[in-house]
Amino acid sequence: MANSLDTILEGRRSQPHQLIEVLQDVQHDHGYLSREAIDTVSESLGVPVMEVYRVANFYTAFTLEPRGKHVITLCKGTACHVRGANPLIEQALGLLDVGEGETTENGLFTLETVNCIGTCALAPVVVLNGVYHPLMTPARLRALINRVRREEEEGTGHA
Amino acid sequence: MPKIASFAELKAFGEQITADRDNEAILMTVCGGPGCQATRCHEVAAELRKELDSTSLNGKARLRVTGCHGFCEQGPIVVIDPSNIFYGQVKPADVKEIVDRTVRKGEVVERLLYVDPSTGKTVLTESEIPFYKAQTPTLLSQNRRVDPWSMEDYLAIGGYAALARVLAEIDPEKVISRIEASGLRGRGGGGFPTAAKWAACRAAHGEEKYVICNADEGDPGAFMDRGVLEGNPHSVLEGMIIGAWAIGANEGYIYVRNEYPMAVEHAKQAINQAREYGFLGEDILGSGMSFDIQVARGGGAFVCGESTALMASLEGKVGEPRPKDVHTVEHGLWNRPTTLNNVETWANVPAIINNGAAWFAGMGTDNSKGTKILALTGEVKNTGLVEVAFGTPIRTVVEEIGGGGRNGRAVKAVQTGGPSGGCLPESMFDLPVDFDVLWEKGSMIGSGGLVVMDENTCMVDIAKYFLKFLQDESCGKCVPCRIGVDRLLEIVTDITEGRGRPEQIELLKELGETVAQTALCGLGKTAPNPVLSTLRYFAEEYEAHINENRCPAGVCTELVEYSIDARTCNGCGACLKACPYAAIQGRKDKLHTIDLELCTKCGICLTTCNDNAVVVQ
Repeated sequence: MANSLDTILEGRRSQPHQLIEVLQDVQHDHGYLSREAIDTVSESLGVPVMEVYRVANFYTAFTLEPRGKHVITLCKGTACHVRGANPLIEQALGLLDVGEGETTENGLFTLETVNCIGTCALAPVVVLNGVYHPLMTPARLRALINRVRREEEEGTGHA
Repeated sequence: MPKIASFAELKAFGEQITADRDNEAILMTVCGGPGCQATRCHEVAAELRKELDSTSLNGKARLRVTGCHGFCEQGPIVVIDPSNIFYGQVKPADVKEIVDRTVRKGEVVERLLYVDPSTGKTVLTESEIPFYKAQTPTLLSQNRRVDPWSMEDYLAIGGYAALARVLAEIDPEKVISRIEASGLRGRGGGGFPTAAKWAACRAAHGEEKYVICNADEGDPGAFMDRGVLEGNPHSVLEGMIIGAWAIGANEGYIYVRNEYPMAVEHAKQAINQAREYGFLGEDILGSGMSFDIQVARGGGAFVCGESTALMASLEGKVGEPRPKDVHTVEHGLWNRPTTLNNVETWANVPAIINNGAAWFAGMGTDNSKGTKILALTGEVKNTGLVEVAFGTPIRTVVEEIGGGGRNGRAVKAVQTGGPSGGCLPESMFDLPVDFDVLWEKGSMIGSGGLVVMDENTCMVDIAKYFLKFLQDESCGKCVPCRIGVDRLLEIVTDITEGRGRPEQIELLKELGETVAQTALCGLGKTAPNPVLSTLRYFAEEYEAHINENRCPAGVCTELVEYSIDARTCNGCGACLKACPYAAIQGRKDKLHTIDLELCTKCGICLTTCNDNAVVVQ
């Protein structure tokens, strides 16, 4: 169960330096930073709305749009790049018909890339809903995406 | 647990733990590092736990899940002590046999032993594996001796003894002079002498001072700080507390990447434990010192690895660096004196106090002392975290520890130091791992990333990769980095897409040198390194792109064409199914062809075909 904004803000009100920590929790618990959340955070911490947006835009950890039910994160780190991250990105872009950072129209998948996930020894790495998939190949990524789609169609899918 | 109030109490407690533990018992250690987690080591550990609980082995065998052992390629890893038997790539289904045969009867399960690819022979024990043999285990090797969740494990290996000694008998100035004598330099990339930072911060005026642990580790291809903080968080805390004593700080922060949730969790729980035991909080070990640490999560901005940007981020602001003429040791976090070191630097401190400065200074070269943890990745057989003494030749790391190139391909280069570093050709592999030597050669040891590249890697593409990375990550505050990197990328992109002109080589050099001289922060100043180092050592690859419209590695898509070799294709249809753009046609068992109109040259068919029938020209 996601913590409410009130719970997240508890003990942090009127402390502008808590901005990033608060936004991290909102992002984590609510999946994105809604306009209402940003207004509330701004007022509670005493940080101008413009500054909250500036911070939210600066750091890649934050998104201003809701994300899909399943989040696919493709690592673009050096080790993954050298061992073939590009074909994986192409595979996912082609299969899902979205751009990097975008969500499919049916809200099922969000496709994200990350600078480095820190599992470089087993590159290339793809993360699906927080679960790492090492030594990935385009064929295995395709199977993974199709499995999620099939489970969703059969009603057995879970994020 | 009652608080430990003195050096004597800590000593007695540590001895009690050691005595309580039956040294004769069999200890099964499962590596729980990020690599092994990715290969589902937790399932192996759960199965082992179940097997131990269900048999009569309770009390005779113990299970310990630890942080990263380093040999990620072989994960999941189970080591059985005291015999030191090493099992690699263990599956949950193997567990019953391990318990029945190795734990109960002392037999070896041959098929799980490591096979040395260079000799084809099986290796029985962990210590005999070439990957480990050529290393200098000091810091990372502690990981396998502690469960990161267990304070008792850390105390059993002498944890917090250095802190207790410092508080009982070593003045802050003497702590700093010991660190100075050890020659410890910052492991985060800059290589600044740690003691000089501490001394300046101690001398700075101010009631409130801070220590910060930089665990942002934003360099792609680097994961050693994650290995240390996740695997042995108390060693980092102990180093920070000793540092705080030395400079006179009361508050500390660990700034961790949000991409490392396990590091965040382990750091937080270690802090809670340290508070319970009285190593953090008021009157630490009866010394009168008060100090506490908080964890802050980074927001995923590369620039926040830079000290002034990190401090801005800790203040809840956008992570923009500021000019370095105002020193953070005097005006750092909230404008107060601040000492910032990275994870590996802090974790080295307790060992220096325990073993003496001379021990530390006895390892390494004239100006680079101790050991360095490297993240060995890329096109090399044995990937993972390795720890070597400074001065170890790159060749030893790549060939002896790494086992050489993968898939029979020749190694061409290593990229060291992440986006601030550079690429060194195979002909220079006899150079030692050393702060100053690599810098003179146009690269740097940086935080320790070492990515191995072979003939399938295009060095111009690598330069483009880093420039793209730096363009995305430039905070945009200063013109040289914001616009200079942009232009560098534009030119390199021209070259990779067949629009290169010979005069652009000189332009790249001139522009690169200008950015290096004029950018505001360390990241901007080093941003041209990847392009300058590849120009220096791989000029012929740039020339092939410019003069012959040819990418020798077959990577730059605008310069290559894909086709299917009619003699090799067996019509299996694998590439047809794999192509996300429906660019491949053909019937079962008949020759397949690529429609060049639809082909995006993504390379998926190339990785899919089992018969090497896809040709890149």
